[in-house]
Amino acid sequence: MKITVNGHPLHIDDDSLMATLKQVGAQAPYALAINGEFVPQSMHDDYHLQAGDSLELLSPIQGG
Amino acid sequence: MSGDSFSIYGEQINSRLLIGSALYPSPKIMNDAIVASGADIVTVSLRRQQSAAAGDDFWQLIKNTGLKILPNTAGCHSVKEAVTLAKMCREVFATDWIKLELIGDDYNLQPDPFALLQASKQLIADGFKVLPYCTDDLVLCQRLYDAGCEVLMPWGAPIGTGKGLLNSYNLKTIRQRLTQATLIVDAGLGLPSHACQALELGYDAVLLNSAIAGAGCPVTMSRGFKAAVDAGRFAYKAKAMPEKDLAAPSTPTMGMPFWHQ
Repeated sequence: MKITVNGHPLHIDDDSLMATLKQVGAQAPYALAINGEFVPQSMHDDYHLQAGDSLELLSPIQGG
Repeated sequence: MSGDSFSIYGEQINSRLLIGSALYPSPKIMNDAIVASGADIVTVSLRRQQSAAAGDDFWQLIKNTGLKILPNTAGCHSVKEAVTLAKMCREVFATDWIKLELIGDDYNLQPDPFALLQASKQLIADGFKVLPYCTDDLVLCQRLYDAGCEVLMPWGAPIGTGKGLLNSYNLKTIRQRLTQATLIVDAGLGLPSHACQALELGYDAVLLNSAIAGAGCPVTMSRGFKAAVDAGRFAYKAKAMPEKDLAAPSTPTMGMPFWHQ
């Protein structure tokens, strides 16, 4: 099925969130929002994605 | 200045200069400027993961400073965006402090006062310690304080302009009316004299980034700001002489030779 990760389209075969994070090479530290809602790490293991989901994978960056 | 700390949500902070981590010419200059500032607190943010290696290098540098982390919600334009980003910051940076930025106008990056208050209430209810970046509007500051923001961060001028304190009357009024709030001038400073002025008004601290990062020599400018906040704080504690409209000689007139000959 198709989802988007950080605005880029992605095809995934496995709907588990952890498999998708592995597929995109997510590296800690990061936080995740799906369809605009924060999804805490405690929920990642059991989270299953749906077609059309939009993931935002964010990491530390410079800020003022 | 030793022995003269202020409080951010009950935590004693020694340096009255909070520093940003963006816009430096290089990671080394960023690190050196942060160290030279003597700051206890550094601001950071979250963005889409691009190059994991580059992001990790930055984060390692910041962690190695040992400073307290103040994450921001820069770039957010809605309550939902800001609240979501704040929650993501809390998880990544392991702090319930959040510098709440909620932009209402893209031209001058002016905070949206209505959304800011709404988001502050939501975040406080969720356990956050909110440090709102706000305009120098007394009533907005009162509402934010009443909502539970123990720290308020009115702007000196729009972000990145370096114009200094555009409305010192407003800033002074906020200080006089909200005596219990921790007040930090955030944004718009360009020179150490601007920071000094904020401290002279009785502000507890200043938060800045561009003024140091955008200077010809950021490390030297960082030292300048460090000295300026100390100077301003000394002046505030010393209580300035009253301003007068008429000149008054400082050298005694008694015994003046050639007196009105």
